[in-house]
Amino acid sequence: MASQLINANPVVHERKARSVRQPTSAHDDLAVEPIDSLEVFDHVRDIKDPEHPYTLEQLNVVSEDSIAVDDKRSHVLITFTPTVEHCSMATLIGLCIRVKLMQSLPPRFKIDIKVSPGSHASEVAVNKQLNDKERVAAALENPNLSQMVDECLASSEE
Amino acid sequence: MAKKLGGNGAARLGFLHQLEGHTDRVWGVAWNPASRSGGAPSMLASCSGDKTVRIWEQQSTVSSSSPSWTCQAVLDESHSRTVRACDWSPNGKLLATGSFDATTSIWEHVGGEFDCIATLEGHENEVKSVAWNTSGTLLATCSRDKTVWIWELQPGNDFECVSVLNGHTQDVKMVLWHPSRDVLVSASYDNTIKVWAEDRDGDDWRCVQTLAEPGWGHTSTVWQLSFNMSGDQMVSCRNAILGNYATTQCQKYFVAFASWPSDDLQLMVWDSTVDPSEWTGNGGGPWKHLCTISGHHERTIFSVHWSRTNGLIATGSADDCIRIFAEDPTNVASSVSFCKVLEKQKAHEGDVNSVRWHPKDPRLLASAGDDGVIKIWEFEQDL
Repeated sequence: MASQLINANPVVHERKARSVRQPTSAHDDLAVEPIDSLEVFDHVRDIKDPEHPYTLEQLNVVSEDSIAVDDKRSHVLITFTPTVEHCSMATLIGLCIRVKLMQSLPPRFKIDIKVSPGSHASEVAVNKQLNDKERVAAALENPNLSQMVDECLASSEE
Repeated sequence: MAKKLGGNGAARLGFLHQLEGHTDRVWGVAWNPASRSGGAPSMLASCSGDKTVRIWEQQSTVSSSSPSWTCQAVLDESHSRTVRACDWSPNGKLLATGSFDATTSIWEHVGGEFDCIATLEGHENEVKSVAWNTSGTLLATCSRDKTVWIWELQPGNDFECVSVLNGHTQDVKMVLWHPSRDVLVSASYDNTIKVWAEDRDGDDWRCVQTLAEPGWGHTSTVWQLSFNMSGDQMVSCRNAILGNYATTQCQKYFVAFASWPSDDLQLMVWDSTVDPSEWTGNGGGPWKHLCTISGHHERTIFSVHWSRTNGLIATGSADDCIRIFAEDPTNVASSVSFCKVLEKQKAHEGDVNSVRWHPKDPRLLASAGDDGVIKIWEFEQDL
């Protein structure tokens, strides 16, 4: 654990109630439900922040509104908001989101991840790195980084 | 009168074979340059996130019109991380492989076996591309450590690093040698392309041009580069389907770029007629931007390859498509432009990471994707 936290006093928000989905038709089990932003949010809301015992939802890093899904075109765009402008954890958070969605969504989906405009001092650099799949692949082969990602994702599977 | 490809006749990319065996995404494919067309065996190397390199060979049979492919070797004892790139020496006897484990391995093909004869160490982290020069005496490697290394093949299969090229400010994604000169080009995450040539006294290499000026440079990562083959008379296709394509254009090379999807997803074509080591003029540098091919790709273009036999440009991209472009035959002015002759959607179930034309057979194209497979395609175009 770092002795000095990047953001020592984050604002913690309430978790939203989990909505339970009702099948659109009880008689039609084979109907394919399109994937929507709520479903994608459910995959990422419980990812743990790298330096706080809170989830990305509690820190308002991600919300349902910050996720755009186009099921027909198999495209997901997630915009996340780091808690502070100079957050050095931003790329790690983005990497966690990407890994979680790679594990959770059907492989047909193309996933774009970026920080919300104006929320980070190195916005362009962070966005570029998070969407360079060669960089992502290399990062996930790095044992230290890979372990940090695993720790952030572990809590989301409880 | 010779009819040029592109624009008129209906084009098809027919699926021939699927090569399965890798257990992770396939990053690259490379045809052995010794591969021949028409019955004689073609050989292909592929490299993958599964840390292996596979060697595939075409089994020609008299009875079958469509020979099958088999995996002849799995090179799995050298690299401890993703193998990002592979390239055959011009005579097809040596294979260089670059890995995220920061090393480059050299494999010798002897009597059906592949022996690792050298491991080149020096880069601080991921090696992203490897490239032999045309004479097979020099090997270039590049890395996330921002450097390009030039290695010289010494007698006894020793490799000596003769130069470390500094200049890029970010990862170097690809290195490539000019097809007839010892001029090296490198493409980078820093959005630039650098052109490197040896000093006149031949004791070191220097950057002679950076292709990045505002207005005609790329605004995002440059992933790959490809040269055409200048004035190569061998390009006249023996295949009637393809017609007679005569290359009259000057030596150019062009680049694929892509990255964040809001960017323009372009290919750029450059005039590389001038030998950079002879360049003494001012302003702009020896190589000029000729044209830009845009508006076709929806996501990152990872791979681009200019065929040495049919003059066509193939691209592989993150929208799962293979596209083929030809120089616009209707363009009579001195300017150069390209048109799309084909778009193969869902070429792979995932990003297309690599496309490579066969070195001799103008119909054949290999591709590799995130779906872990390699596909062999046959290109046909009506006259």
